[in-house]
Amino acid sequence: MGGAGGMGAALVAATSTVSHPSSVDVGTFAVAATLVLVGAIGVVLARNAVHSALMLVMTLFGVAVLFVLLREPFLAAVQVIVYAGAIVVLFLFVIMFLGVDREEDVATEPLRGQRPLAIGLALLGVTGLLLLGQVSGWTTGQPQVAGPSTVSGQANVALLGKSIYTTYLFPFEATAALLIIAVVGAVVLARRPQGSTRPDGEGSPPPSAPADVELEHAPAAASGGSDAAEDDREAAG
Amino acid sequence: MTIAPGWYLGLAAVLFTIGAVGVLVRRNVLVMFMCVELMLNAANLTFATFSLRLHDIGGQVLVFFVLVVAAAEVVVGLGLVVAIFRRRANTTADDLHGMKG
Repeated sequence: MGGAGGMGAALVAATSTVSHPSSVDVGTFAVAATLVLVGAIGVVLARNAVHSALMLVMTLFGVAVLFVLLREPFLAAVQVIVYAGAIVVLFLFVIMFLGVDREEDVATEPLRGQRPLAIGLALLGVTGLLLLGQVSGWTTGQPQVAGPSTVSGQANVALLGKSIYTTYLFPFEATAALLIIAVVGAVVLARRPQGSTRPDGEGSPPPSAPADVELEHAPAAASGGSDAAEDDREAAG
Repeated sequence: MTIAPGWYLGLAAVLFTIGAVGVLVRRNVLVMFMCVELMLNAANLTFATFSLRLHDIGGQVLVFFVLVVAAAEVVVGLGLVVAIFRRRANTTADDLHGMKG
């Protein structure tokens, strides 16, 4: 994977243009890009899920710095608050809650040849993407379809807020509904059903549960039961 | 003159690839979720870059919506992981074959 990152960096270097940005911009971009790539590779390679989550924080901070560099300070703030502040904390909470913060054996390969195939396909895809971008000059679309991103005398947040609350009002309301549905779904999913407090669901169907719980878990319980029966038959034969 | 957009887009492509490799290679459901987040961030970076390049506010609006949807996705996904863990006591994707025909 380290080799893949190096190759990716080389390909990125190949896409440079002849313009001369200021040295501050170049230095900030180099540091942020290094943070992003090292963090991303760390997420994939870390054995411990907690280390993966902390590496994810590094990547998210790098992306936030890149947002600042792209003259989008509001998105950088939201990135840090929502992603690094809420989502990663949620990840860490679930990791600690489930107690899966132990070392995982990443060396074993359950499907033979899956890893080389996955990495090969990914390298092929990213090479094609970078070549395509290089050939086409990375351009697409028309400028200023949804409105200008910079107006003299107006802040980035003001323009973004005006666009969200006028042009994109209906999607905004839809995301509000989506969040409500997600909250209700999370509560329903994480609710501990009465009677089935055992964490090991394997081997036997859950003991006599109340009717509503039975209804909710009926498909899983049925398939788990048949699976266990199959295993028993295999063991007997 | 700022950094050329090609650098950002190349970085986003590499970031997306690392995330995709992580989803394909890792077996822990939680780490797979984190790799999905990496891919979402790569897409966000692309949107933000084109917002600057095309002087269009639409890219930033889309990044905002992606953030909201990612938050909702993580909440439901982690709720699923907790519900699965109650039944199976592990978070390995290979062992979740209860609905296999």
